[in-house]
Amino acid sequence: MLQVGNNLTSTWARIKDSDIYHSFIKSPTAIISSSILIIIFFCSFFVELVTPYNPFDPSSLSLMDAFTPPSWTEDGLAKFILGTDGQGRDMLATILYGSRISLIVGFAAILFSLILGVSLGLTAGYFGGKYEMIVMRLTDVQLTVPSILMALLVDGIARGIISREMHDEMAIYVLIFAIGISEWPQFARVSRAATLVEKNKDYVSASTIIGVSNLIIMFKHILPNILRPVLVIGTIGLALAIIAEATLSFLGVGVPPTTPSLGTLIRLGNDFLFSGEWWITFFPAIFLVILAFSINLLGDWMRDTLNPRLKK
Amino acid sequence: MSFLKISNLSVDYKMRKETVYAAKNINIEVNRGEILGLVGESGSGKSTIANAVINLIDEPGKISTGTIKLGDLDINKDTSKILNYRGKKIGLIFQDPQTSLNPILTIGEQLIETIQTHINISKEEAKKRSIDLLKEVGIKDAENRFDNYPHQFSGGMRQRVVISLALCCEPELLIADEPTTALDVSIQSQILDLIKKLTRERNLAVILITHDMGVIAETTNRVAVMKNGNLVEVGPTKEVLTKPKEIYTKSLVSSVPPTDKKITRFIIIEKENKTEKETNLKILNRWTKKRLTEQDLVQVKNLSKSFDDNFFTENSKNSVIAVNDVSFDIKEGESFGLVGESGSGKSTIAKMIVNLYKPSSGDVFFDNVCITKIKRNSEMMNFRKQIQMIFQDPYSSLNGRLKVKDIVSEPIKLHNPSISRIDLDNYISDLLESVELTQSSSERYPHEFSGGQRQRISIARALATQPRLLICDEPTSALDVSIQAQILNLLKDLQEQLNLTILFISHDLPVVRQMCDRIGVLKDGKLCEISNTEELFHKPQNEYTKELLHLMPKIESIYN
Repeated sequence: MLQVGNNLTSTWARIKDSDIYHSFIKSPTAIISSSILIIIFFCSFFVELVTPYNPFDPSSLSLMDAFTPPSWTEDGLAKFILGTDGQGRDMLATILYGSRISLIVGFAAILFSLILGVSLGLTAGYFGGKYEMIVMRLTDVQLTVPSILMALLVDGIARGIISREMHDEMAIYVLIFAIGISEWPQFARVSRAATLVEKNKDYVSASTIIGVSNLIIMFKHILPNILRPVLVIGTIGLALAIIAEATLSFLGVGVPPTTPSLGTLIRLGNDFLFSGEWWITFFPAIFLVILAFSINLLGDWMRDTLNPRLKK
Repeated sequence: MSFLKISNLSVDYKMRKETVYAAKNINIEVNRGEILGLVGESGSGKSTIANAVINLIDEPGKISTGTIKLGDLDINKDTSKILNYRGKKIGLIFQDPQTSLNPILTIGEQLIETIQTHINISKEEAKKRSIDLLKEVGIKDAENRFDNYPHQFSGGMRQRVVISLALCCEPELLIADEPTTALDVSIQSQILDLIKKLTRERNLAVILITHDMGVIAETTNRVAVMKNGNLVEVGPTKEVLTKPKEIYTKSLVSSVPPTDKKITRFIIIEKENKTEKETNLKILNRWTKKRLTEQDLVQVKNLSKSFDDNFFTENSKNSVIAVNDVSFDIKEGESFGLVGESGSGKSTIAKMIVNLYKPSSGDVFFDNVCITKIKRNSEMMNFRKQIQMIFQDPYSSLNGRLKVKDIVSEPIKLHNPSISRIDLDNYISDLLESVELTQSSSERYPHEFSGGQRQRISIARALATQPRLLICDEPTSALDVSIQAQILNLLKDLQEQLNLTILFISHDLPVVRQMCDRIGVLKDGKLCEISNTEELFHKPQNEYTKELLHLMPKIESIYN
């Protein structure tokens, strides 16, 4: 046990001593954006602790509360800070429940495309030859199809082969697959380029001469050395995936209205925009902007810190 | 009154954790018509002084004390005037001629631009002047080559263009920062001769920064030795090299491989106080030592390799022949040297022997088995174990994400999967001991070590499979001369105790002379000559070998 404790403190000491930690401390953008993200993540995943309302429990809803404006306006109620929607659901709670779905879809989609893209890019860069050519042309083709179109296509096919009742259950997986499949070429390209650099370094030759198998060289030796750029585009890709999810849900091909995500909320609120109930669409939208913007800022900071060539 | 006078100069870099003194209380003077050599290991502050003179010290470094006087000008007081001096009164030559010229401008445009920045003359006059300069630095057909782009010149020619750029505004001080390090021996001597000639004819004051003691001995009038930002010793070159006063200078001089004789070991002066290390290595207990026989361990037969540079067409017209019909053999326990300039195919041969490249034609036999034709992986593993390699660049040959013990244990676990943990730990510590690293190294990461220590880790990894043949591909050319001496000593000791067969690849003739029993000389992928080391150095047969021997910078030249 003592040893574990020692290891922990020394790891913490190493982190505190590292350049990344110091660059983080010195960058207000990084601190602010990561604090916002931590708050959003916490509130979304532990939403039951943050708010007393459950928008999906019909017994707790009262239509009398419908269309309550935000609390600081004239007709506002203190118990609904951001007001309520047409069914009397508290906006804040709905947004947090919605952002949980958005985040899950975003993370899962980016993880899917990261694993797919990195394995293809790594193997393509390492083996080269015809295999590399096929993989890289495939990414070129993939990049010519706009990601929204790709996702619509996948969704359309899924609707064709899955029955309607099943589809609502499966919707979230279809969405993850649809977004993931349209993002992987980024990862494939970056990891292939980094692999081409790494595989010509002597430590790879040394392992080959020792007799280490290709699989182990790729995943034990090369993979940890190419993770930095992959991580950077992964972070920026996460923001893109969340926005893609919102776009698809806004268009009505994303998650069903029974479990609304941020995009679904914006779409539902959109109907009330011109009748004066602006908050129903405004707050989910602004929440989405803050979320995506913070992730992007953090991604920018990571790119500057992890890429020594950009350092001044 | 000396021309350039640096007094009490200190430069420090305020880093996050500490302040690094790149130079401490330096006093140096340079006169007109004199070449001052600045010598020292990497990080000793040689380039910092040069940068201070032209007032180009990178942030966060700054000159904390001291003055630099060029004639009457106090350089770091009057920073507004330095712009007129830089390029005009002070000319600069950098190490790498590939990157010090702008690739998208013709050399003529670059010359005219520089001249017109400093001197108020018309374009035609500037052109005339540039052509004269190009002629002066030895570029033939200067009128036509004026409109050529940098890539149309060879490395040596490009460095001449860089020199003409440095000279174009008739500077009085010339700073050459490792001007020949990126060049081959034959071109190096031409460039050094040119610098000497220009110094004489133009009455220049020259600061020549280098780590090569041979270059210092052959070129400079006076030399300043630096270590860790301190000036150790300064004086006339002959005096400093033949009768060094300071211990550091003595050890530096004794680490330089002599070109005229073979010595058994390098004398490491700084280490002399330490106790003699034990002569028996612990790894010997595990080692099945090969008895020395007169048999050939390695036979290379008619080996050729060509690289196709065209992906789509498969015709061999575009292919580059890297190795052309090379044959040699290495006896068990022998050390065989391969010498040649860059691009002569030395490393390609090594990579074919370890099976990283497939030969285009010809075969490699190891222990009378043709290893270039082995198809089965399991069979190959048997040979992988017996042939190991040490690489040139200690910074890229170790995976920075693994601890030293994981790097060293990888080959052990691979070839002996059933080894117990305790046995493995013992083996690792024995290996580290054999390359003179402390036991605590095993828990650390490669970036915590210096270049020489990393090279030791590389050697430990190579020894882990108990190889019979060790291929050393320029193992010391990225290292400082005193570290080089230590590594070469280590390799000699290991070879003696373990009866290793060594294939030693280098461009550095003095080093090869110290390390090898027999030497093969390569040129453009062809083997010119193979003979015993002493024979090769005394009675070279081939014209190219003669030229190489004649041109290599000799530290002994100082005695003549």
